[in-house]
Amino acid sequence: MAKPFSVKRQRGFTAMAIACFAALYLPIFVLVIFAFNSASSLSHFEGVSLRWFHEAAQNKQVVDATLRSFHVASVAAVIATLVATMAALATTRTRPYPGLTFKYALLNAPLMIPEIVTAVALLIVFSQVKGWIGYTGIGYLIAAHTAFCVPFAYLPIRARLENMDLTLETAAADLYATRWNTFRYVTLPLLWPGILAGLMLSFVISLDDVVITEFVKSAGQDTLPTYMLGQLRRSITPEVNAISVVLLLFSVLVVTLFFFASKRRN
Amino acid sequence: MNEAIGIRDVSKVFGQGDTTFTAVARVNISIRENEFFTLLGPSGCGKTTLLRMIAGFEFPTDGEILLHGENIADMPPFRRPINTVFQNYALFPHMTVADNIGFGLRMLGKSKAEVSERVIEMLRLVKMEPMAGRRTSEISGGQQQRVALARALAPQPKVLLLDEPLSALDYKLRKEMQLELKRMQHETGITFIFVTHDQEEALTMSDRIAVMSKGQVLQVGSPRDIYDAPADRFVAEFIGETNFLTGRVRKIAEETAEVMLEGGAAISATAAGVGVGDDVTIVVRPEHAEVVAVPATGSAVTKGTLENVVYFGTDTHFHVRLPDGSVFVTRQQNRPRLSSEFAVGSEVSIAVAADAARILRAGA
Ligand SMILES: Nc1ncnc2c1ncn2[C@@H]1O[C@H](COP(=O)(O)OP(=O)(O)OP(=O)(O)O)[C@@H](O)[C@H]1O
Ligand SMILES: [Mg+2]
Repeated sequence: MAKPFSVKRQRGFTAMAIACFAALYLPIFVLVIFAFNSASSLSHFEGVSLRWFHEAAQNKQVVDATLRSFHVASVAAVIATLVATMAALATTRTRPYPGLTFKYALLNAPLMIPEIVTAVALLIVFSQVKGWIGYTGIGYLIAAHTAFCVPFAYLPIRARLENMDLTLETAAADLYATRWNTFRYVTLPLLWPGILAGLMLSFVISLDDVVITEFVKSAGQDTLPTYMLGQLRRSITPEVNAISVVLLLFSVLVVTLFFFASKRRN
Repeated sequence: MNEAIGIRDVSKVFGQGDTTFTAVARVNISIRENEFFTLLGPSGCGKTTLLRMIAGFEFPTDGEILLHGENIADMPPFRRPINTVFQNYALFPHMTVADNIGFGLRMLGKSKAEVSERVIEMLRLVKMEPMAGRRTSEISGGQQQRVALARALAPQPKVLLLDEPLSALDYKLRKEMQLELKRMQHETGITFIFVTHDQEEALTMSDRIAVMSKGQVLQVGSPRDIYDAPADRFVAEFIGETNFLTGRVRKIAEETAEVMLEGGAAISATAAGVGVGDDVTIVVRPEHAEVVAVPATGSAVTKGTLENVVYFGTDTHFHVRLPDGSVFVTRQQNRPRLSSEFAVGSEVSIAVAADAARILRAGA
């Protein structure tokens, strides 16, 4: 009997797979190794120590940048998710009408626009606004991050809403639930995993952003990524490796938590 | 008897401009209190659309829907004391069986005590007490069906709507649920409006049936009325098997017309609204006709060639090819002695029981 086709049995499959995974994870692996180097070299490993984690934790600039990053990311992620949820409801819980597709496109277009273009545009607009109202605080950074997070938050929320069985909402209305109660007791509980995913995605995207932040930030408003970039231009020490490892652990933790949270719900 | 639901000249047109589609066309039905009423018709005839308008998920383009005399055509669904059992059940997946059943009552603002008391009562009615704490994904299809029913009955609606609720169940479970539904309708005294495209289901369960086709109601009546006196050819064909004969009315005496068939034989049939000389269609149910030996005696009406004999256990079907080319089917109950004494290919006569032939309304 002929075996069914399986890509796994193709010649060279294993080699190809190993090459791909190596390309993906080997550099990260090297980065992690050198975070634990006791010397300040990024090419000679001399001994295991937590020296660079210590140094980073003692460095006031690192701490400040970290706090700022989390501040900006959490506020931006929450606002963006709220906006995206409303946008997703408005675009899925309606009868199709001319112009709806255009609105989808409008909501998703920022994903396709080169980030550098958005960055320059925001820089110009914000410098104007700063001149008019005199405010120079962190608000601009938060506003910019919120703006580019919306389409990312929108994706999982809309997907969740589109896959939801509409007769559930019809059934709620049939059982005396007003529009608000239908949303509160049926739509929202079923939408939670999508909202959480949107929140996480925008948080991580914001935390990670360099280009727009670099353009929009004022002096003394470094986030963790822009601080690290600045460091690399001067002297490279395993301190950046240590910070990267912490960020890596943080994102793995968030994704794991989310995975188990959404598993328990279903 | 009082009217529970009145449907007055209701139409529903979907689409706009030049791509409109009339799903329901000027329908008039009066459904009585405490009645098991069935909407029966082929796929796409507008049954669901009509039901959705009664529930409030769809609004009529034209006409009135009355609930105990009050026009509710524009009332949103959550204000109507009408509940629905959905075809796919539509149970809330994030709630337990008990929470599903209590949902309507909670939305009506009933007290916790009242809700839980009623939920227990409902669980008992549908025999699901041991499953109260289960997730809806952890129960079988038949059990989900019961929960959907309990959830819709819990708020004690004036009218219960059921859209093909049994179509997803296997044959045996379906038969069981048919009886259960009848029992529950009897126990609760709620008006049931039931949608199906299964004529057997409609005949066995309903007090009255409305037969629909292409958005229109063709006939409303008891299962007996509809089976015995179909209003037109469509109804006759849709409900059970039927033989059609064509001929011309020769004589009318009281309620009985004598019709000359195309084959040359005469048959008497009950008639209403026809005159001498009219071309008419006559319907004869297979169980009201019999195949008899050729030198026919008495009631034999027409002759043909026996083409096929199909044995069904309880009865036997005889397919007879008539001279005009059509096939006439008779269904005869099997008795111990009745071995098939007619050979396939032989000439036979068909005898129709007295009063069994019926003339369709002229033009139908
Ligand atoms: N929202 C809609 N827009 C356009 N046409 C519709 C809409 N809903 C139903 N129709 C059309 O109306 C007609 C009647 O549909 P309906 O669902 O009432 O049929 P049905 O009798 O319930 O059929 P079935 O037995 O297959 O469920 C169908 O031809 C359908 O295509
Ligand atoms: Mg339907």
